[in-house]
Formats: sequence, structure tokens, C-alpha cells
Amino acid sequence: MPIGSLVRPKAYFDSVVLMRVAAALSGRPGVRAASLVMGTPANKDVLAEAGLLDDQARAAGPNDLIIVVDAEQPALAEALAQAQAGLSAPEHTGQGDEFRAVVPRTLARAAAGANLALISTPGPYAAAEALKALRLGLNVFLFSDNVSVGDEVALKEEADRRGLLVMGPDCGTAVLGGVPLGFANQLRRGPVGLAGASGTGLQQVAALLDRWGSGISHIIGAGSRDLLPAVSGRTIRRALDALAGDPATEVIVLVSKPPAPDVAAAVLERAAVAGKPVVACLLGAELASPAPSVTIVPTLEDAARAAARLTGVAPPEPVESRRQTRVAAHLPPRRRFLRALYSGGTFAYEADVVLGPDLGPLAHHLGAPAPGQPVGFPAAHLVLDLGDDRFTVGRPHPMLDPGLRAEYLRAAMADQTAAVVILDIIIGFGAAAAPVAPLARVLGEAQRAPGPLVIAFVVGTEEDPQHRAAQEALLEEAGAVLAESSTAAVRLAARVLRARESGR
Amino acid sequence: MNTVSSLMDGRVRAVNIGLASFAETLRSAGVPVVQVDWRPPAQADPVRGRKLAQLIGNPLVDQANATAVGRMLAVQPMLTNVQVAGELLPELRSGRLLLHAGPPIDWERMSGPMRAAVAGAAILEGWASTPEEAEKEAARGGIEFSPCHHHSAVGPMAGVISASMPLIVVEDAATGRRAYSNLNEGQGRCLRYGALGGDVMERLRWMGARLGPSLAAALRSLREPVDLGAIIAQALQMGDECHSRNVAASALLVRQLAAALAGQEPLGGHEALEFLSDNNYWFLNFSMAASKLATDAGRGVRHSTVVTALARNGVEFGIQVSGTGDRWFTAPAPVPDGLYFPGYGPADANPDIGDSAIAETNGLGGFALAAAPAIVGFVGGTPADALRVSEEMATITVTRHPAFQLPALGFVGSPYGIDVRAVTDAGLEPTITTGIAHRRPGIGQIGAGLTHAPLDCFTAVLDAVVVPADDGAGATPREEE
Repeated sequence: MPIGSLVRPKAYFDSVVLMRVAAALSGRPGVRAASLVMGTPANKDVLAEAGLLDDQARAAGPNDLIIVVDAEQPALAEALAQAQAGLSAPEHTGQGDEFRAVVPRTLARAAAGANLALISTPGPYAAAEALKALRLGLNVFLFSDNVSVGDEVALKEEADRRGLLVMGPDCGTAVLGGVPLGFANQLRRGPVGLAGASGTGLQQVAALLDRWGSGISHIIGAGSRDLLPAVSGRTIRRALDALAGDPATEVIVLVSKPPAPDVAAAVLERAAVAGKPVVACLLGAELASPAPSVTIVPTLEDAARAAARLTGVAPPEPVESRRQTRVAAHLPPRRRFLRALYSGGTFAYEADVVLGPDLGPLAHHLGAPAPGQPVGFPAAHLVLDLGDDRFTVGRPHPMLDPGLRAEYLRAAMADQTAAVVILDIIIGFGAAAAPVAPLARVLGEAQRAPGPLVIAFVVGTEEDPQHRAAQEALLEEAGAVLAESSTAAVRLAARVLRARESGR
Repeated sequence: MNTVSSLMDGRVRAVNIGLASFAETLRSAGVPVVQVDWRPPAQADPVRGRKLAQLIGNPLVDQANATAVGRMLAVQPMLTNVQVAGELLPELRSGRLLLHAGPPIDWERMSGPMRAAVAGAAILEGWASTPEEAEKEAARGGIEFSPCHHHSAVGPMAGVISASMPLIVVEDAATGRRAYSNLNEGQGRCLRYGALGGDVMERLRWMGARLGPSLAAALRSLREPVDLGAIIAQALQMGDECHSRNVAASALLVRQLAAALAGQEPLGGHEALEFLSDNNYWFLNFSMAASKLATDAGRGVRHSTVVTALARNGVEFGIQVSGTGDRWFTAPAPVPDGLYFPGYGPADANPDIGDSAIAETNGLGGFALAAAPAIVGFVGGTPADALRVSEEMATITVTRHPAFQLPALGFVGSPYGIDVRAVTDAGLEPTITTGIAHRRPGIGQIGAGLTHAPLDCFTAVLDAVVVPADDGAGATPREEE
């Protein structure tokens, strides 16, 4: 068996270095075994056992380095040379080898000095993370959905005990002292404080106030279920108290998806003693104002108008253009139905409020298309919240990725019974960088054939990263009709659809 | 101060878990934000994760852990004696009882190296004259087995201790409490790695007849017992982590004993010095006994989630936790990742074995890896990796050891007191430096490297602990600093 050895007298190397070089040599083609050891009696015993101790190595002393390789030539010589090279000290200090601080993997390790935790993990883990945050003394912005109502109540009770705030679950937006959380817009600071159980509704009201020259002190999101009976408005009431006590806030706006009536009534009772004017848009709730300081309005735009006036800003009058209704008059009679494709759930509820009296109940559901099949629409007015869990299983929310909605839009444009399509474009921090482009492509393809009237509105400000005017220009170029707000969009749709009903 | 109003004043200081874009938004607004490198806790089991959330930030658990770690840190490990095991642990003389490493295991399930060590010990005790006889004796139930840990003792690798073996006695200066370990056989062919043969048996007999008595006499002749804590602290400044690397500590201990051993020529003092002159692992067993003494002090604190033992029997990895007493939580032992001696490879390796991970339980070994960057070479790592491992371990411990300082990290203390809550929350397994034994009996050590304590052991603890009632009244919200 050809064994080659080298002895380097009085050459100390750490055993780890030696084993590493030996491991590298052993991996070379043609090398059966390789070993680098200091020549101590114990090490020489190990070599002898492995049949690797030749006479030269046997003569080595404890301070001599033994290099031994079992291989045929020329692999043997090459391996011995590589061993020598592997033992020379590096000529440079390691590049890119600097120690970087460890990134914390847990809330507990990151919590020191913090006062707020933003949580957007998958739902099954979110409640546990929120509970940890509260126990560690942090307020919580809980973006995650799929948190049970029982967990939501437990979290909000825990927060009440500790004097902390839980915004969420399913909380889309908040702005605290000018700091944007989640999906938030770049807003002018000002005297209006908002609280609500509706992320996109809050964004719509705030964006309108900004556009009209008023401004925002804070936006406190409560989570979409806060005004349901089990949760009983725990966060909204806390937010109301915080805004009531906040010196920067002169007017308070409350916004909510359809609330439980008795919870809504209790919240309004609290609003009546806020000591400040309160505008309440609790969609779909038939409520009487408990006090002159509380103004109840039916829609989001109306909420913004009322709040603007209370801060001394006169909003522009709604544009009652007849142009779009004229355009729609040329549509063939089979085009009768509404296809509202929202990414913001609150807009679907607002559509019910505005359109319900004229058009009757609207369909909100759609069976999922079979795999590979195109989306099929019912012979009825349809209002979809494409951000709903049913549509986002395994897919990003349409506010993050317009791809899902582009599919539905393509189907709506091909639907020969569609009269009006409504699209909301929500911009701001966290939202898609180019929310219109994929939709505009679909509209551009469809423009060649006469199709439905497409009404679109952009929720956001000129200061947002996507710039409202830029997105509006893309929509107009693609043939969409712009509306100023969610409310204006459904009102326009109502006029068009009413005209078609009466024209038949 | 109302923390809700602290948010409204615009003084937001945030932690972000989940969508990184939310953190970017805050950063662009000039808000300090820490992005957590999050993964689902408790191995993605939401039910256990919920229980874990109730333990985290729980003041009763926090207090219990502070108590347990405080007791561990208060221990002063003094080397007082070397004495025959049967005298120190009378239960070893009452029948044919052998102690072994790791959680409890019977002969049928024992790995190759542990079976070989059992055979060697049986021959040493005169219960058998050949390994085959010893194995027959064990197989017919003629030998009883018990973990070292159940007898205030620890043993590296197979960890087999029998009545006639000399044991190190380490005593707590304040309480007089004791812990034991056997004496280190050196490198290469050793019983603890499952090597058998005339050379191994001859060395064991010499250790009982000459090494033990000369050491005992040398220790008796010293004015004061040897402070092992001081040696460990010093060795960490000299490139040791006192688990897989004990070169400096061994030299420091031999230096302290040398003159006294030289005075015990008739008992074997000179032979002892010769034996110690090239035993780089000599200090390991002292480090382990000192660690056992310290971690035992942390046992039995109600509600504490501090780990009091990490130990492997070659088949299972087991851990013990302060608040759950002497119960073992086990999972299959992993095969270490490392470098091998010539002629061997990973296919030859036995799964992780030995009580030596008591060092990690005591802030040494993998936790002090920053002190011994050479060790990461076993897994192809760089000095920066060694620093990173120590800093990662600091994220799963309660505190840092005030005396075990890590020079390369600015003399910060070594991470101390493994917290089951932090391990399961982070999904981060404790790193352990270790030797590798051949899986077949009679061969011995074939390499060295790094291994990890399996998460399954820690997750199982979550099922066993009771969440202490906490009404939240005692919690204080965090304030600005």
C-alpha cells in the first residue's frame, strides 16, 4: 500500500486545523486516506491502528507535525503539496467574514424599549403573538385575519386590564401621531381624528379630507368585527376616549362596516359625551343621533363632507355630470347588470346602502370557477369583495397584488350582460407599487369591442408613493370613467343603471 | 404614563412581525423599528404556541427563572477530593449497579459504545472476564443501570461509572453540596468512547490504583481546595470553551496540582504527572462536575422553565427542567456534524452520546463558542460563526454569567440559563460541542464536531408545565428609556 508521509519538525498546529485539512485531502480523487496529526504517542497509536504509520512518521516527536497520505502517484504527491498549502496562514483577513449582530427571532427578544407591535403572521399564530405583545407591555396593531372572535375578545380584555390598545385583528390601517401603520396614506396633519372598524373606509374618508384641504390627527383602526355583539366595541370605545382626550383632535369621525345595533347605540352614547363634535358613518345602521354633537351620515363621502365643514373647510359640490349616463345609453339592452369588483370590503357594504333602495338586494357571492374555467357571472347585480378570505386562500390580497382582480376584470369585460364595472384602486404605503397597470392592460385589450361602462376611483393622496393623479391618468387612458370617491362611484352607477331600467 | 398616548405623541417604537413592507413604511417615516426574523413558534403547533404565549411575559415564570438562575450562579465549585465511587455512592456497592450517561435506558436499547463501556466496567469490577461474558450477564438482567444524573454525577460519552472507579468530588463552598464525575482517560482508545482491549483495561486499573490515590493525596496536601470556577473563567480567556476544548484549563489545573503531585511519588504522583502531560481533555470531567454542581442548584423551582440538564445516552437526547423536577423529556439523539479521524466517516458515527452537554447547561461549550473559534473549524466555520453561535445562544438564555467572559465579544458574559420558553418561541436549538463515537462497540472515538439539542425535547416540556395564574395586575407597561 503506497503511503507517503511528511514530517514538519517543531511545527505546532491546532488539531481542528489539522483535521479540517485532512478532511479536504480525503475528499480528493485517488486518495484513500489522509491524516495530519502532531507526533504524540497517542496520535501515533491511532495512525498505526489505521495502517498509516510509516518509519518516518514513527520517528516523529510530540512537537513534530506528521502528514500522511494513502494514495497512488501522482495523487499522493499532489495531496502532500496541498496539505502544505492548506497549512499556510491566510495572507489576508477574511473578507465578508465580519460578525453581524444576531437578528431577534422572537417578540420577547425585540420588545425592549418598544411600545407597539405590528403583527401580520398567518392567522393561526397571530393571537399568540398578540398576547405575548400585550404581556410584554406593547400596544398591538394586528393586521392578521383568521383570528377567532373568542381570541379577539380575550385579547381586548387583556389589553383593557393593562391599559393598552389592540387595533385589529384584520386591522388594515392606522396613523398615530403622523406615523403610518399597515396600509396607510401620506396625509396632511390636521384636526380630524378617525376611529373605525373598516380599514378602507377610514382611508377613503381621510383621503377626501386631505384632498379638500383639511387634515388628520390620528386614525385608529379597531378591526372589522369590533362592533359585533361579542366584541361590543371594546377598541372603538377606547379609541373614542383617546381621541376625546387628544389636544390635536377637534373633530372625531367614526366609520364602521354594518354594526350590531345595540353596540352601535352604546358607542354613540359614548360619542355624545366626547366633548367634541362626532360624525358617525356606521354603514347600514338605522340610528338616531343621541345628541346634537353627534352627526349621523349614510356614506363615507358624506362623513368626509360633514367633518370638513366642522373644521371650517368647504368641500366642493358633487359633480352631477350627465356625460356618463349618455355614454351608457348607447349600450345594447342585454347589458343590464352591475359588476363591482372591490378590493376594499367596506365599499361593498356602502354599495348596498346606496344601491339597495333602487336595485333591491345585490348578489355578494360567486361560486369559485372550476380549475382552468373562466369566471362566470350570475344574471343579477353583483358586488364582490375580492379581499375576502374566500378569494385570498393561497393568493395575495388584491391590494398587494392586482393579479387576482385582473382575472375577474377580464371576465367582467367579456360578460355580455355587464352594464357597469366598478373598480377601487387603493394606494399608499404597503399597497402594490403599480396597482393600475395590470388592470389597464385588461381594459386596453377590451377597448377594441364595445363593453360595459368602467367606473374607477383612487383612494389615496398625491403624496403617496404611487401618486393619485398618476394612477388616475392611467385609468382614464385605459378608458375608465373616474369618480371622486367610493360613494360617488356607486351613485354614478346607480344613475346609469336606473336610466337603463327606465329606458327599457 | 399611558402608553396609548405615547403612541399618539408620535413616539412610536415598533416591533414588526410578518410583512417586511410594514417595517419599511415605518423606517421611511423615521420610526425606530425592529423586524423579527419570525417563524411559527412551538414547531408550528398553534395549541402549544398558545400555551407558550401565556408563559411568555408571565411574571411568575420570570421570577421563578430569576430564582433558579440566581441559585446556579451562586455556586462556587471547589475541587476537594478524589475518592472511589463505591465510597461516595454506597448504592454502587449494594448490587451490580452501573451508572451511565443520559436519560434512563435498558441494556436492550443501549448503543454500541455504551454496551462496550458496560462490558469494560463489568470486567473491571470482576463480574465477567470477557466482553462476551459481560454482555451475557447484562442481557440476562444481572446488571442494573441508572443514569449518572440520578446520583449527583455526570460522565462524558458512555459515562459508565462503577464502584471501583475514582470520582472527582466538587463541593459548593457555601452549602457543602456535592457533584461527581469520573477521571478522564485521555484521547484515542478510551472506555468512554466504547473502546475495549487490554490497553483500555490496563489504564482503567492504573487510574484506580495510582492516579486516584495520588490525586487524592495531592489535594489533601493543598492549603485550600482548587477553585474550578476560577480555572474555567481563566481558560475562557485562553481559547477554551471547556467542553470540547480544554487545552488551557487542563494546563492550568495541572499547574496547580503539579507540586503537590510531585510530593506523592510513592502513591503514583510522578506517573500521574506524566499521564497529564499530554491529556488535553483532562479538564473536561472537572468542567462537567462543576457544571453539574451549579445546575443542580437550579432544580425544583416551581414554574421555572430553566433547563437543568442536557444529556444523551447514545439513543435518546434528554433534558430536565427546573419546574418539572427530575422528569426527562426525550427525543431521538441526532448524529453530530463534524470532522472524522482517518478511515472513518458519518456512516460510522453513533448518535449523540454523553452527559458532557451539562457544560452547555452551565453556559460553556457551544454557548461559550466565541471563546474558542478553533472549534467551529470542525464544521467548516469561521471565527465570525463562533461569535454568532454565542450570540444566538444568548437569545435563548435568561441571563449572562458574570465571570465566564467572552473576550471576542467585548468580554460580555457567556449566555447562561437555557429558557425552554425562548427555545420553543425562537425554534432555535442549543448548540453543543461534542466528540463522536463509533457506533460499533469496542472501537472508540472517531471524530469531533457540533450537535444540537432537538427541539422536540423542549416542545414536550410545554405539554407538562402548568401556566401559573396571572391576572396581569403585576405587569408594568414598558416606558420610554
